[in-house]
Amino acid sequence: MREILVISGKGGTGKTSLTAAFAHLAREAVLCDLDVDAPDLHLLLSPQIETREDFIAGHEAVIDPRRCTGCGECLARCRFAAVVSDRSGFRIDPLQCEGCKVCVRFCPEGAIDFPERRSGEWFRSRTRFGSLIHARLLPGAENSGRLVALLREKARELARSAGRRLILSDGAPGIGCPVISSLSGTDAAVVVTEPTPSGLHDLERVLALCRHFRVPAGVVVNKADLAPETTRSLKAECRENGAAWLGEIDYDERFLAAMTRRMAITEFCDDGPAIAVRRIWDGVSNMVSRPVRAC
Amino acid sequence: MIVAVASGKGGTGKTTVAASLSWVWKRPVFAVDLDVEEPNLHLFLKPRFTGRRTATLEVPLADEARCSHCGACAELCQFKAITVLGTVRLTFPEMCHGCGGCLAVCPEGALAPGRRELGEVLWGRVRGEIGLCMGQLRVGEALSPPLMRAVIAQARELALRDGADLVIDAPPGTSCPAIQAVSPADLIVLVTEPTPFGFHDFRLAHEAFLPLGKPMAVVVNRADLGEEDIHGYCRRLNLPVLAEIPHDRRIARAYAQGTVVAAELPERKDLFDRLATEILGHGDVPRPLPEVPSHA
Repeated sequence: MREILVISGKGGTGKTSLTAAFAHLAREAVLCDLDVDAPDLHLLLSPQIETREDFIAGHEAVIDPRRCTGCGECLARCRFAAVVSDRSGFRIDPLQCEGCKVCVRFCPEGAIDFPERRSGEWFRSRTRFGSLIHARLLPGAENSGRLVALLREKARELARSAGRRLILSDGAPGIGCPVISSLSGTDAAVVVTEPTPSGLHDLERVLALCRHFRVPAGVVVNKADLAPETTRSLKAECRENGAAWLGEIDYDERFLAAMTRRMAITEFCDDGPAIAVRRIWDGVSNMVSRPVRAC
Repeated sequence: MIVAVASGKGGTGKTTVAASLSWVWKRPVFAVDLDVEEPNLHLFLKPRFTGRRTATLEVPLADEARCSHCGACAELCQFKAITVLGTVRLTFPEMCHGCGGCLAVCPEGALAPGRRELGEVLWGRVRGEIGLCMGQLRVGEALSPPLMRAVIAQARELALRDGADLVIDAPPGTSCPAIQAVSPADLIVLVTEPTPFGFHDFRLAHEAFLPLGKPMAVVVNRADLGEEDIHGYCRRLNLPVLAEIPHDRRIARAYAQGTVVAAELPERKDLFDRLATEILGHGDVPRPLPEVPSHA
């Protein structure tokens, strides 16, 4: 079984559009949306949800006002500014609570409860390109890294039971907790970037992260023709970092047209950007040692 | 005043708006880049850096000789950063969230405060008049909120001296880092674009920020692109649209060349001047309706 992850560092470079096209070309892969913060892959895949389950991640502190004597021990101990004290007494701000249990442990009155925290939902769905594992983190919820780990586990289970040889995942922007959780132990990372100062700066950091976790990376430059000079710099940066050059895609309004019709670009057209994307998919397939057949 | 420029989806133009807004701001201002995972604001404002410090997190440092392997620390730790198996105690400092619980609970005083490097806080000035403060997460570090808290504290301290306002460039997303970035704000400006992804993530961000009870307003970028009815949505939820930025190749080019749009394109400066004026008059911005919309 092989796992391919599409990431970008900088957001809005075209990860999801490219992942949807890969999903179309791969056929029979288990698909996974690991951008649990702002998932968009379902907008292109129109999934039919088959199962849904709550995502429980750790606990949260809740002060019982009847037992609280207002001694302030919790306020003094909390490192996350989650204890709020006002005229009505002490309470926990759930958006700031890290779920560390320190206040629960040290409250002399035992007045702080520690219930499980429901942080979202995850789904197994059917799409025209195969099964999709995806989720919805509750607004402002924590533990996106744990949710990513859970989705990867579910995708692997599904791939094993269905005899699928490839898991294709859409990742989150950035280089923090959810990206690290999606990257560790994956077989190849496809990094999608764009020829802007931000794209150049962020590529360097995301490739450093791939190196840190010893994940082979390949680079795709989207909207390459908007700044050919910067595209050349991206290519050089890719080479210096030992990443594979997967190719470039020129700016094309058809990406938006395909998105608006909820289609992958390779479904929407056969020429122009679709040719570039097919070529890039061949390169991605070659990156994972057992080549995956493209259609 | 503190204004946070945020969005659910990445690449909608947060940095473009934050850079231009700082540029045209009529009062002393500090631009604060809280996208510590991928900070970009400095690439456009090009400050002269005048200070930097390393931000750290307190993690446990074990004194093997004093440990009685009672397991109190492991029992309390919610982050699997410390375990005790028989007479072996293992710490995983990279998993630690810095709550200080293990140090406080250890009956033998066998744990001392150690340090994990989170990244750097940097600050400087642009043209001598605009301040800039940013954070840069260490590559491999998973936790961005503690570094963000350090950047906000630094920016507040620096801004206090000249009574400056803060313009925050927030990270994308809707979970803890995004919430952390907009929490100090008096007004949240959501930058979106009328594409299916842009509209969908804009609604997620709006919903995520609603419980904070802060005034919110909207800037529509690439306003003539796509077909989503952002205006109808904003009207229904009482969200004022403060500016529309057209889909303009010259703006894309100014961005691609690493310049500030308001400085590079005089014909677009008005747009940001008006936006700055609208934001400063945010007292008139109606509170968002508490109703949480359902979405696909």
